[in-house]
Amino acid sequence: MNLRKLALTASLSAVVLSSLATAPAVAAAAKEQFFPALVYRTGAYAPNGTPWANGYLDYLKLVNTKGGINGVKIVFEECETGYATDRGVECYERLKGKHGGATVFQPLSTGITFALTEKAPKDKIPLITSGYGRSESSNGAVFTWNFPLLGTYWVGADVAIQYIAKQMGGVDKLKGKKIALVYHDSPYGKEPIAVLEELAKKHGFEVQLLPVAHPGVEQKATWLQIRQSRPDYVLLWGWGVMNSTSLREAQATGYPRDKMLGVWWSGADPDVKDVGEGAKGYSAMTLQDAADSNSKIVKDLLAAVHAKGDGTGPKDEVGSILYMRGLISAMLGVEGVRKAQERYGKGKVMTGEQVRWGLENLNLDQATLDAMGFAGIMRPVQTSCLDHMGSAWVQIRTWNGKKWETAPDWFQADDKTLRPMVMLASGKYAEDKKLKPRTPEECKM
Amino acid sequence: MLYRENGQFKTSYAADQQIFPIAQDRWAIVGILILAFVAVPLLVDEYLFRAILIPFLILSLAALGVNILVGYCGQITLGAGAFMAVGAYAAFNFHVRIEGMPLLVSLLLGGLTTAVVGIFFGIPSLRVRGLYLAVATLAAQFFTDWVFLRIPWFTDNSSSGSVSVSNLQVMGWQINNPVSKYLFCLAFLTVFALLAKNMTRSAIGRQWMAIRDMDVAAEVIGIRPLFAKLSAFAVSSFFIGTAGALWGFVHLASWEPAAFSVDRSFQLLFMVIIGGLGSIMGSFFGAAFIVILPIALNQLLPIISDLTGIEISTAGVSHAELIIFGGLIIFFLIKEPHGIARLWSTGKEKLRLWPFPH
Repeated sequence: MNLRKLALTASLSAVVLSSLATAPAVAAAAKEQFFPALVYRTGAYAPNGTPWANGYLDYLKLVNTKGGINGVKIVFEECETGYATDRGVECYERLKGKHGGATVFQPLSTGITFALTEKAPKDKIPLITSGYGRSESSNGAVFTWNFPLLGTYWVGADVAIQYIAKQMGGVDKLKGKKIALVYHDSPYGKEPIAVLEELAKKHGFEVQLLPVAHPGVEQKATWLQIRQSRPDYVLLWGWGVMNSTSLREAQATGYPRDKMLGVWWSGADPDVKDVGEGAKGYSAMTLQDAADSNSKIVKDLLAAVHAKGDGTGPKDEVGSILYMRGLISAMLGVEGVRKAQERYGKGKVMTGEQVRWGLENLNLDQATLDAMGFAGIMRPVQTSCLDHMGSAWVQIRTWNGKKWETAPDWFQADDKTLRPMVMLASGKYAEDKKLKPRTPEECKM
Repeated sequence: MLYRENGQFKTSYAADQQIFPIAQDRWAIVGILILAFVAVPLLVDEYLFRAILIPFLILSLAALGVNILVGYCGQITLGAGAFMAVGAYAAFNFHVRIEGMPLLVSLLLGGLTTAVVGIFFGIPSLRVRGLYLAVATLAAQFFTDWVFLRIPWFTDNSSSGSVSVSNLQVMGWQINNPVSKYLFCLAFLTVFALLAKNMTRSAIGRQWMAIRDMDVAAEVIGIRPLFAKLSAFAVSSFFIGTAGALWGFVHLASWEPAAFSVDRSFQLLFMVIIGGLGSIMGSFFGAAFIVILPIALNQLLPIISDLTGIEISTAGVSHAELIIFGGLIIFFLIKEPHGIARLWSTGKEKLRLWPFPH
């Protein structure tokens, strides 16, 4: 009895589960490009993850209202990761084979990116990590499947120091100064440290490292240290609830907010809205995601998606910073597919490998971007087989107590500092993994 | 009808002492092993392997370890996640720093290192008991979190604190596809489960249980609490450490200390409580409950909502998942406080009497 029951249930469950797993594959016969969406709408980081996810999905819906990518409709499916690496990996495994194969993954978590970096090459699916992920993955020769488009944390760290130098009146003024880094204690928060230490050596300033444990609501000790050591500048490398907590603590300890600079993940509306006047003067870097609710793309979206009641999130969120970043991330993926179609056949469904070619040969000039409605939001991006980041342009925006004000000057990271570091770190990765970096000849194929 | 031991006579002590004295149980276990080693690799697709079966096997192994300590020796621990981390990072360091280190050896050395660390954190158990001990082992959790986040040497000076391994192989057998990973973990689990089962039936296991049931009485009859408690800590940590090393090497391939956070410790403790304290079988049930159920709920809810035409958002699904999961935990704890393993054995008892219960 025992045995029979077991065999029966085992075979039954096997049948049920395998039918669950294979059922969606049948639908792939139609001409559809599958965009999986790893999102987090729950957990400690949901306030920041939700607008990003809504922007991501809304853009895909917008593309579909315009007839898809040269006639190929986009299908998408969400999977909730909760910002947890193991759930993210599970979602990746769940979605990668559905609807004829995933086009591109964008996990919006540096931890998940690290895990997927090991898996993507085997499955031949590109990873776009726009503004997060491994900084050394901008070297496309080693990290063939990673695309940290538009910027990495090393770019952020370098620009942050440039900006601080400018505020102080020149690079030479940095000597002997003290800069504190308040960071989320995870791979995400630790990324900038390497560059900051390198620049500290170069310019002669001191870096004080102040880690904050997940999820970042307990920062009393950190800010006590800041009160004691009185750094000249505080860099904030937080995410989710950690950002607003930092600003509140800064207010409580009386640290001047105008001496605080956040990375792009620490400079969105949920971070400062509740602090309000208390965050006045706080600045953060932008990653070409100006929240411009008058831009053409936002108007298009409102008209084509939200007006039809098809919007993913609330209407007033459209055009906000994190929403725009999700939207731009989706756009980059879609443009990668479009580019791939130019080579492998218009109106066809692209495989992960073909999309990678598209992403490596992305060339969005200002005219194209303007035509797509991104005028005033984005600057041109051009990638290559060896350069997977494209361009990296950063602006600084400041919170005036009610809204963000973006300063007009653009910053660009110093390639002379970063390039050797990228090469060194990616070289070490290739050595550890026994990978052979791609040569320029292989790139031409 | 089939599950009945009438006519099975034991003619030797060996026959009486075997792990499964009832012939049907032996067949069942052989059947399960054949199913697991042969049929599953042929039938199952990649997603099930990577997302469900491999985590299930590895966490079962960890749950076995926790069960030895909590279920058999009665020492409550909240440091299981920490011991997994120690195993993973120790194995990583052995693997990366010593050129040509075989995978099996690194994994087992990871386990052994954890055993040493486990003994160290087990010392408070000689003085404190129950909840106080749980708090003391919680210190292990925070300590290892701190060590692996702050001391770059342990993470091979990686700038982000995240480490990774690749090109795993055992004597020419590449462990790179889901099937080989699954079989590798399954082989580990089979050997370790057999070890655990035999250990709990031998003198050392009886000592643990005596300590669990009443330590003063155990001491009076000549059991050394020092040896019994610390050996339980060592064996349990060895299991958990090996599971941690497998979790890092085979399942994640790239990990950071957050993979072994305090949540993992709680999760493992819940596994043995729900599965059944002091039961090898219970560790498997508990692991299945905690690993598979949330994912199954997460997948089934959208299907159900599609069928019924009720729209549920992704966030709604994950909230519902937590609600149902929590509800089920409470249901099982009320219905059967001794865990799912007790339900299982009650079921077996009923089967033996079926169809004529008395």
